[in-house]
Amino acid sequence: MAETTKFELVSPERLVLSRDVEMVVVPGTEGYFGVLPRHAPMISTLSAGVIDIYEGGAVVDRIFVAGGFAEVTETRCTVLAEEAMPLGDVDVAATEKSIADDRDVLKDTTDAVARGKLEDRIRNREAMLAAKRRLAA
Amino acid sequence: MANLKDLKIRIKSVKSTQKITSAMKMVAAAKLRRAQEAAEAARPYALRMERMIASLGAKVGSAGGPKLIAGSGKDDVHMIVVATADRGLCGGFNSTIVRAARRRITELESAGKTVKIMTVGRKARDQLRRTHGTKIVKSLENIARTVVGFEQADNIARELIHGFESGEFDVCTIFFNRFKSAMTQIVTSQQLIPAKLPDAEEETGGELKALYEYEPDEEGILAALLPRNVATQIYTALLENAASEHGARMTAMDSATRNAGDMIDRLTLVYNRTRQAVITKELIEIISGAEAL
Repeated sequence: MAETTKFELVSPERLVLSRDVEMVVVPGTEGYFGVLPRHAPMISTLSAGVIDIYEGGAVVDRIFVAGGFAEVTETRCTVLAEEAMPLGDVDVAATEKSIADDRDVLKDTTDAVARGKLEDRIRNREAMLAAKRRLAA
Repeated sequence: MANLKDLKIRIKSVKSTQKITSAMKMVAAAKLRRAQEAAEAARPYALRMERMIASLGAKVGSAGGPKLIAGSGKDDVHMIVVATADRGLCGGFNSTIVRAARRRITELESAGKTVKIMTVGRKARDQLRRTHGTKIVKSLENIARTVVGFEQADNIARELIHGFESGEFDVCTIFFNRFKSAMTQIVTSQQLIPAKLPDAEEETGGELKALYEYEPDEEGILAALLPRNVATQIYTALLENAASEHGARMTAMDSATRNAGDMIDRLTLVYNRTRQAVITKELIEIISGAEAL
């Protein structure tokens, strides 16, 4: 088997995934980047998008993350995700409903903190839907 | 000496108290395990975040960094976050936190600072309301109802960061109990804002920090990372607190159950003695009555 990188996906609640992969493609804020073994060490912020895990030259896993951070060294790639969900588990109808609900609440919210929170969530959900649709298309 | 009926009632009531405390102990033990698992599961995230911040902080330095590290340049207004449980019956758990917070408040006030309080958990509010009621700016409850979620910590963090950025306070410290074992919890105060940087040399072994490339750049990443770090620290604190609460309750209920057992033994002894005394007395009365004839 080819050389591998240790890939770890961590959400605040738990270690979501930890395994050896051939390549991962990570949604950096300045563009998607692929991490292969012996990648130069770097730290990057992530925007909402999809992490693709490659094995044997093909995508084996697609996971949606709602922003976060990635730390890459020569032997491993650690992603601190704010929210992580396998793209296959995304329920389009439920997500659409959640966006609509949040929009309703947002209309009547004046508190800046609560507004910021709702806006962030809507943005994340929309990114999730967009990613899902792109996969379906 | 108390009469027999009273004693019997007393024993019965202690027995039912014992049943309650031993049930509470079981429940606390089960919840403690769950809380510990949650705390365990959250550790990797906090650890890695700390590592990143350490390597970044070493590059940026504390002087020119973002406000969340450098502070607002003053330390006049202090925000104290007091995190306790919602419920009592867990030994000194709540009181020790509140006592530590109170000591700090007195200290700050005698140094001429202004203090604002945010309480997390009903007990903190109840205990502080009488003496520091006017300083409490916000009270939250029902945080650790089942298992603490990151979202709740995130909400608190957003609230705090918003307050800091709009200049409501300069320094923010959180008081909570760090979980050591079911028997011991350590009251801990942790400064959230401005962020205390972990020692980079220690974290990375002093060799990795210069090698990283940053995307977009150090400042950009720090600006995104720091608010996140506040939420993570609060989350860790809440999880530790939840585990401590259940640990403290388990210990408290265990000794309560034992005490109730001792009390039942003592009362039963008194009850038996009294019963014998009554029988003896009755016998004496019958015999002396018969002899008198």
